[in-house]
Amino acid sequence: MATFHEISPNASAGAKTLNWIDNRFPLSKLFKEHMSEYYAPKNFNLWYIFGSLSLLVLVIQIVTGIFLVMHYKPDAALAFGSVEYIMRDVPWGWLIRYMHSTGASAFFVVVYLHMFRGLMYGSYRKPRELIWLFGCGIFLALMAEAFMGYLLPWGQMSYWGAQVIVNLFSAIPLIGPDLALLIRGDFVVGDATLNRFFSFHVIAVPLVLLGLVVAHIIALHEVGSNNPDGIEIKATKDANGIPLDGIPFHPYYSVHDVFAVSMFLFVFSAIVFFAPEMGGYFLEYNNFIPADPFQTPLHIAPVWYFTPYYTLLRAVTTEMMYVLIACVLVGAVLAVAKIKMPSLFKGAIVGGALVVAAMMMAIDAKFWGVVAMGGGVVILFFLPWLDNSPVKSIRYRPSWHKVLYGAFVINFFVIGYLGTQPVSVIAGRISQFGTLFYFGFFILMPWWSRLGTFKQVPSRVNYTAH
Amino acid sequence: MSETLAASGPNDPSKRTWLIASGCAGAVGGIAAAVPFVSSFQPSERAKAAGAAVEADISAIKPGEKMTVEWRGKPVWIVRRTPEQLAALPKLNDQLADPLSQRKPTEQAPEYARKDESRSIKPEYLVVVGICTHLGCSPSEKFKAGPQPSLPDDWQGGFFCPCHGSTFDLAGRVFKNKPAPDNLEVPPHMYLSDTKLLIGEDKKA
Repeated sequence: MATFHEISPNASAGAKTLNWIDNRFPLSKLFKEHMSEYYAPKNFNLWYIFGSLSLLVLVIQIVTGIFLVMHYKPDAALAFGSVEYIMRDVPWGWLIRYMHSTGASAFFVVVYLHMFRGLMYGSYRKPRELIWLFGCGIFLALMAEAFMGYLLPWGQMSYWGAQVIVNLFSAIPLIGPDLALLIRGDFVVGDATLNRFFSFHVIAVPLVLLGLVVAHIIALHEVGSNNPDGIEIKATKDANGIPLDGIPFHPYYSVHDVFAVSMFLFVFSAIVFFAPEMGGYFLEYNNFIPADPFQTPLHIAPVWYFTPYYTLLRAVTTEMMYVLIACVLVGAVLAVAKIKMPSLFKGAIVGGALVVAAMMMAIDAKFWGVVAMGGGVVILFFLPWLDNSPVKSIRYRPSWHKVLYGAFVINFFVIGYLGTQPVSVIAGRISQFGTLFYFGFFILMPWWSRLGTFKQVPSRVNYTAH
Repeated sequence: MSETLAASGPNDPSKRTWLIASGCAGAVGGIAAAVPFVSSFQPSERAKAAGAAVEADISAIKPGEKMTVEWRGKPVWIVRRTPEQLAALPKLNDQLADPLSQRKPTEQAPEYARKDESRSIKPEYLVVVGICTHLGCSPSEKFKAGPQPSLPDDWQGGFFCPCHGSTFDLAGRVFKNKPAPDNLEVPPHMYLSDTKLLIGEDKKA
């Protein structure tokens, strides 16, 4: 507990007020810890603006969301009409709604870039594992938030998208059908589903999201930010214990981020005013038709930010299962042959692989498609323990690592694109290849991340004043 | 604080026992309090009551056409098949995943719809729930035979699910190597007269 601090009676009114507050609430202390005396590396590049930007988009979503709830009706008979009412009759309602719908896509744009930044510079490596885990939790909560929010306009894509995703849960053996029933609250997606998704979308998930964001930032400020060189700046401090390569977040990065915010808002406003539907990618055309439980639209695709994972789901067919079973068995054989370990572990690996292979034969490919889709997200949580590279940053890794990361990005775009397209034989084969590459990249990372000639990491960050 | 406690005297183990016991009692109360909240996720009485059987007048369906009725919020299709379409069904058996509805027989179809390839009481009329067994989309009708986009060249007529490309024949049977694991569900149904069909109930019930 801090001692009570008296201030000179001649001090200004502002100083007296601040002192009064500081004796009762750690206002100055919090400001120092998180802003004016939070030392961030001085060599941040463009990639480091996406954290602040995602916070900005979160605020946009919460504010616009609050205003939309004032006019929206969570009722299967009224929902579609109330969204059109917001668009046509509520003063400036169209702007608030388009800000919210564009904000959803913008959120995923900045979060995907933010995550890729972490991947490039090894921001999830020790001691930042928990920052990464909280971040993956945010990503998951964001996906839930986006999915449930998409049902609310009660258009054709809302309805059938929800129908497909809720039915994913019914693919789980034994508990699946009952679980899907509990989620829908009816035998089909209907009024009950709409009402509960509304509740989750406007209060339950946002609360979780905010809690995770706070945890993410507290963990970050505890260990300090990583940087493009992947060097711990706290290792080199001056006489006052301040990192030599660190600068206070405020004013240096707060001003820097205000500039980034204005740049972002240029682009954001351009989309809101001139292309809010983004050619059917941000708002799908079929969603301007009211939900019809008897008529599935001829082509169903999720919104763009889910499509890479949707491709993982679609790639798992009965034929693909044979390939995956082969992968499991080959993996087990290699593990037994190549890794030194007690014979008990080897037995367990062989036994486990056989059990998994047997389950893969016994349970529908549909269930394994769901596993692939979920696994594609869950595997991100394990990244801190999959990456065994001796250096953090891509800058000091072998050149072929950069090529591999490039291939990962291209593959992510390809499976993302295929997720928006109707099924065809060739697209199916490419998405199966893309699925194997996606998982191979992560699962084989413990081995490939160690291979090659790594460059010497300098003791101080690379920075030229400008 | 714990140091002062430890210094003041030895721990009293009976206090710890009671702490654990009351903690457990609290946890039981907490779980019990969660039951009503989780149960509220279940379908309401109103939703359950909406599952009653529905009647359909099938006199107006022409051969090769389909009508749709709503049962439990789901589309139920009634298709009047032509003799040629019926004759083609047994020939498809090799290409189907489960031509005789033997996988999960009780869930897929009542017994009277499992006796042959037509999966029906009267072979002329097919009655199926129009919901794909993969992820619940409603397949679209592709009754015209012959090559067309997204379908094989030897297509004999049937249904195509736009979501993930599963195909079904005119008895609602799923083709091999498609995402859908099972044939389309045949709901319990019975004929009240030659032209009146009751969907949702059969003689057994």
